[in-house]
Amino acid sequence: MSLRDFKALRLDGMSRDFGSLYALKDINLTVERGEFIALLGPSGCGKSTALNCLAGLLPLSSGSIWLDDKRIDTLGPEGRGFGMVFQNYALFPHMTVRKNIGFGLRMQNRPKDEIERRVDEAMRLVRLTNQGDKLPGQLSGGQQQRVAIARAIVVEPPLVLMDEPLSNLDAKLRLEMRAEIRRIHASLGSATIYVTHDQDEALSLADRIVVLRDGVIRQVGTPAELYGRPAHADVAEFMGYRNIIKSHAELGEHLEVTVGGAKLWGTSVDLTASGPALAAIRPEDLSATPDGPISAVVQNAEYRGRDFFGLATTVDGSELYFRSEAAVLAGETVRLAADPQRILVYAA
Amino acid sequence: MRQALARKGIDGVTLLALPAVFFVIALFIYPFLYGLFLSFAPKDGSTLGNYIKFFSDPFLYDTIWKTLLIALPVTIINLAFSVPVALRVRLMVKPKLLTTILVIPITLGTVLVAEGMLNYFGPRGWLNRALLEFGLSDAPLHLIHNYWGVFLSLVITGFPFTFLLTLSYVTGIDPALEQAGAMLGARGWERFRFILVPLLLPGLMITFCLSFVQAFSVFPSAVLLGAPAGITRVISVAAYTAAFEEYDYSMASAIAMIMATVQVGIVAALLGVQSLLYRGPAGGGKG
Repeated sequence: MSLRDFKALRLDGMSRDFGSLYALKDINLTVERGEFIALLGPSGCGKSTALNCLAGLLPLSSGSIWLDDKRIDTLGPEGRGFGMVFQNYALFPHMTVRKNIGFGLRMQNRPKDEIERRVDEAMRLVRLTNQGDKLPGQLSGGQQQRVAIARAIVVEPPLVLMDEPLSNLDAKLRLEMRAEIRRIHASLGSATIYVTHDQDEALSLADRIVVLRDGVIRQVGTPAELYGRPAHADVAEFMGYRNIIKSHAELGEHLEVTVGGAKLWGTSVDLTASGPALAAIRPEDLSATPDGPISAVVQNAEYRGRDFFGLATTVDGSELYFRSEAAVLAGETVRLAADPQRILVYAA
Repeated sequence: MRQALARKGIDGVTLLALPAVFFVIALFIYPFLYGLFLSFAPKDGSTLGNYIKFFSDPFLYDTIWKTLLIALPVTIINLAFSVPVALRVRLMVKPKLLTTILVIPITLGTVLVAEGMLNYFGPRGWLNRALLEFGLSDAPLHLIHNYWGVFLSLVITGFPFTFLLTLSYVTGIDPALEQAGAMLGARGWERFRFILVPLLLPGLMITFCLSFVQAFSVFPSAVLLGAPAGITRVISVAAYTAAFEEYDYSMASAIAMIMATVQVGIVAALLGVQSLLYRGPAGGGKG
């Protein structure tokens, strides 16, 4: 029996409330086999609740979960056969690395030599050979992380759930493990659902990103879609559009928005008529150039290696994050400009 | 000089430990050694007279078995009840009320519990009256002034202590470990068997030791609720008799030393086994 041959996992109106508070509301999503899905959102958006509901650790309040045509939300976690990598790894502290990894196979009453063979395989896959007889407490954070992943995937689950698995690692290790996770996912062929609040992680890992906010799906899309064209201003803000400017838009031959007292051409996302609007611009798209239309006074600037990033105040008092190739100093006046394609305008 | 001391961990703060050291010496070590020497100076002038007398008189050496016969089952029962209750209480949102109810017997003290039991379980007590009234029993149940009286009172007064210790060990286990077990296909019983038990066992053995020592030194309930001349003539009763009825302090000291040896023997055996088990953090990773 290999559940891995499933076609799709389908969430049908998945909801979860805690008393009068809803943590998840009407989540509809289909995940294909082999897909890498990132659940992205700020803390408290319901992404961990969603993962726990999928895992079976939290019952749904309403809705259903289907693996092909089999309804699984009525099963407990032990009946679903999904793999899960916990945020704090949740390795069994009293078992050696091998015992930890082999636990799932042991629960399936697999023969001993098969367990040995598959544990070896999993350890090779996560590049953790020669550590088999250690206890988890004797391993570094990155190694523990690998054990947790090996333990989750050795049972060949149709779906691997990961709950912010990299948040406890230092920056360098995080980048390494990110590549590892992507590689392991590709070699498995099962679907992965990955919870994170880090948009970089989501962009670099996922085939599709699901942005959650206050328990509802705000947008589902490929990393490129979410990066280049967020569907809502709040999604844009979360995806790195640090400048969200309350503005007024005139819809004519060109879309014209007022930013920092200057009129700029922009690109409409969901604007249908002239009126109050929100303009979203990434700091890296708003650059200091001698002939830029917006005039602003630099508050502070920091050196980022290739260029400078700074915060400036415009004549109408709004604050803008911008990029500059030349060095800028606080108190200096700069002129800022952005490509109309990179100024996204939302109806306010 | 100061640096040399500091390297060994001795500095000004160490002085703060002196009062405690003084009290330990004055109130524990000195009386213990005094009793030990006293036990080797029996009335007959020999050295081992008391010990020979104890182990040659069944009326005396039987008290060891009688005490073990009460203390061991009581400890096992208390522990056996504590684990499931603690596992349940751990999952409760507001465990305060239940914990409070369970802890009350500790604060009442053994004597008050014994008095209550005399009234409640006695031949004219509520329990027996109710049983007779409803025709559930023809003759009153004999629950006091015998083995069961002491047994019940030790369960009632010992359970809260055992429970609280157990609860602290149970809540020390990261719930994510059980969730991880469930995700890997382990059913409830398997999670208990393979994850909870190995992590709990060292703590449960400590709990067992402490509960056992408490039950082994039973005195008030053995006298008030038991048959202190018969089946519940426990070792502390023998020591009391020697000291305050026969005024043989030397013999009483010897009995106390034997009592201590039995306790230490059992505790040491358990801790020896425990040292072979996994004893580390019961968390699932860097927290």
